[in-house]
Amino acid sequence: MISEIGHYALILALVLAAVQSVVPFWGARKGDVALMQTASPLSLMQFLLVAISFGILVHAYMVSDFSIRNVYENSHTDKPLIYKISGTWGNHEGSMLLWILILVLFGAMVAAFGKNLPMRLKANVLAVQAWISFAFLWFILQTSNPFWRLDPAPLQGQDLNPLLQDIGLAIHPPLLYLGYVGFSITFSFAVAALIEGRLDSAWARWVRPWALLAWMFLTIGISMGSYWAYYELGWGGWWFWDPVENASFMPWLAGTALLHSAIVVEKRNALRVWTVLLAILTFSLSLLGTFIVRSGLLTSVHSFAVDPERGVFILAILAVFIVGSLTLFVLRASSLTEGGVFAPVSREGALILNNLFLSAATATVFIGTLYPMFYEAISGEKISVGPPFFNLTFVPLVIPLLFAIPYGPFLAWKRGDLIAVTQRLMAAYGVALAAIFIVYIFVADGPVLAPLGIGLGVWLVAGAFSELLWRAKAFQSSFQETWRRLSNLPRASYGAALGHAGMGLTVLGAVAVTAYGTEVLKDMKTGDTIETGGYVMTFKEIRPERANNYVQDIAVFDVTKEGRFITELAPAKRVYVARQFPTTEAAIHTNWFSQLFLSLGDVKADGTAVVRAYYKPWVTLIWIGTIVMFVGGCLSLADRRLRIGVPQKKRAVPALPEAAE
Amino acid sequence: MRQGKKQRRLILIGAIGIVLSAAMALILFGLSDQIALFKTPTNIVEEGIQPGVRLRIGGLVKDGSWKKEGTTHTFVVTDQANDVTITYVGIVPDLFREGQGAVLEGELTANNIFVADTVLAKHDEQYVPKEVADALKEQGVWKPGEPLPSTN
Repeated sequence: MISEIGHYALILALVLAAVQSVVPFWGARKGDVALMQTASPLSLMQFLLVAISFGILVHAYMVSDFSIRNVYENSHTDKPLIYKISGTWGNHEGSMLLWILILVLFGAMVAAFGKNLPMRLKANVLAVQAWISFAFLWFILQTSNPFWRLDPAPLQGQDLNPLLQDIGLAIHPPLLYLGYVGFSITFSFAVAALIEGRLDSAWARWVRPWALLAWMFLTIGISMGSYWAYYELGWGGWWFWDPVENASFMPWLAGTALLHSAIVVEKRNALRVWTVLLAILTFSLSLLGTFIVRSGLLTSVHSFAVDPERGVFILAILAVFIVGSLTLFVLRASSLTEGGVFAPVSREGALILNNLFLSAATATVFIGTLYPMFYEAISGEKISVGPPFFNLTFVPLVIPLLFAIPYGPFLAWKRGDLIAVTQRLMAAYGVALAAIFIVYIFVADGPVLAPLGIGLGVWLVAGAFSELLWRAKAFQSSFQETWRRLSNLPRASYGAALGHAGMGLTVLGAVAVTAYGTEVLKDMKTGDTIETGGYVMTFKEIRPERANNYVQDIAVFDVTKEGRFITELAPAKRVYVARQFPTTEAAIHTNWFSQLFLSLGDVKADGTAVVRAYYKPWVTLIWIGTIVMFVGGCLSLADRRLRIGVPQKKRAVPALPEAAE
Repeated sequence: MRQGKKQRRLILIGAIGIVLSAAMALILFGLSDQIALFKTPTNIVEEGIQPGVRLRIGGLVKDGSWKKEGTTHTFVVTDQANDVTITYVGIVPDLFREGQGAVLEGELTANNIFVADTVLAKHDEQYVPKEVADALKEQGVWKPGEPLPSTN
């Protein structure tokens, strides 16, 4: 009975979405205040209904209500509670409901926090947001209803895919969707601006924080997914250029560009048309990602069970929103005027360069991801585009961008001085060159270009800190004075510096592990040793174990370094009983930023086992870097000027440094 | 050095042109050189593919063909009409099994043995890789929804 309430709430939400799609929009056309004011309560109600529906589905999972088909297909009574809960979104229907929940959450947040938004803008934005939620609520009810009943109800469920029985499933999808779907808000703002044919200062002030919020969650969501794949799949890789990874990476690249171009709109009133286009493209890429993941058209490790009807439905939604918004853009973009002029060498110029490179990088990922599909449609032949392609195209395009990053925040608005900035970056150059030199001298093997890669990462971190010190006029006055100035810098300055420094850490980790990581593979019997990265692992024993819902062979290794005992590692081969599904559980030893990664292959009856050991130098910096970026985003969002939304009149005070996002 | 509006616009367009054409050149080069064609065992036998070309092969792992010797795996992949022998050094995915679909990436050697460096099996035991499904449909031995054909 209770699940019928969830089903009913979802249908009611669809009806409200339909009303919200039309009424506030009509009100904005006619200038009818009462009609426009329906937008906020409708958004909040819609969120409430979807939240009830989602809560009921989670509850059904918690109590293992197998009369619901979705629960029967994806759950089991022997599963720990946490995996019962996270299993709610470990399948197509449940994850779609989470997707919609986050979509309406963002609408509700605009309704709740947008008190100082101009009424027409708010009404239009929420109406556009309702168009999206209407489409997806219709989609879920039509093709992917999570509340479908089974009669008679089975006694036991089919269990969740064991690879998903991991804390990663509790964390990765919600964070990822907050990012992915969060860009719906900037999309709605862009479409609303095009409908009205005007882009006022409120628009600019609003779009940047929303873009930032979505970007932060997308960053951390992708990163957590990467770490999950790294430890759970046991291949020791952290990025595979898989179509579904690319599907989330494209909105990230476009969203990063949007974040930066929105600064130019906010501060200088320029790049407005481009920013509107970018907002549309970013969410379009999110929609494309949803299509890629759920249509099964591309071969990927992530694919959900495939149903052609769903693919066609999402394709239709995709087509309507992308074609519709781009048509609107072509028709109305000319009505948006461009403000502030600037010289090529200036902060604006630097941000344009950023956008240019990010767009080109997005294009390479886009083409590499979709090319196999088009190729097959045209020639009938199947191809795969893998890491070699992306390493050849994507990497060379981002290197100049990464190199240029530290220059950006140093350049003045309107007209900058490249030579002066280079002088201010001398310390950063020095640190980076020293790092290159040290790696070159002391690290014997590894690719020739690797020290340059390490230098690039160090350059980003050093450049970010140089900027803060420069703004605080460090070394020009007493320590106390510098400290006072540092603590008075706007939080957004720290946000930007941390964002860029985090990028540097991620680059450092990626370069180090790619260039200097080692691996060995060995068929071992007890007493044998295997060696990598200076660690010696001795195979002590292999023993069977039983847990509630799986059995496993667990291999125990003593790890020593230079004769000293370090730790015991115990990788395992598991078989989940309900599905007879085997998995590999890697064992990881973390030493500062580096990891020793042990994975088990075939375990034979005579007690021998194939063992793969990886040494991953600095690998955790890849994910730590993204956490630093996330924290930077938080600081930027907490900036005073943003909270109270002061109009930009402060430029008149010469002593105050410009905000440095 | 005051620059006119026209000049600024020229610099901007120039920068866009340079970056976009660099990206285009990289993409075209990458697509001509860094992709792997997908072949079925029948393609391999009929087309006489040169050794050393990077390929993907997909099919079902033949029952009784999988042998393990230390860290080396040898098995036969079939599309029911033709077979190709594969060797792979490493750890195969957990869901790699005889009678199931698999996709291999690597190169053909002169004696027509395929040396794989990547073995892909799926995260989900019910899933058949799309390429393999299409290849089997082409051979007329399998339709979606049916159990996989026996490879004895």
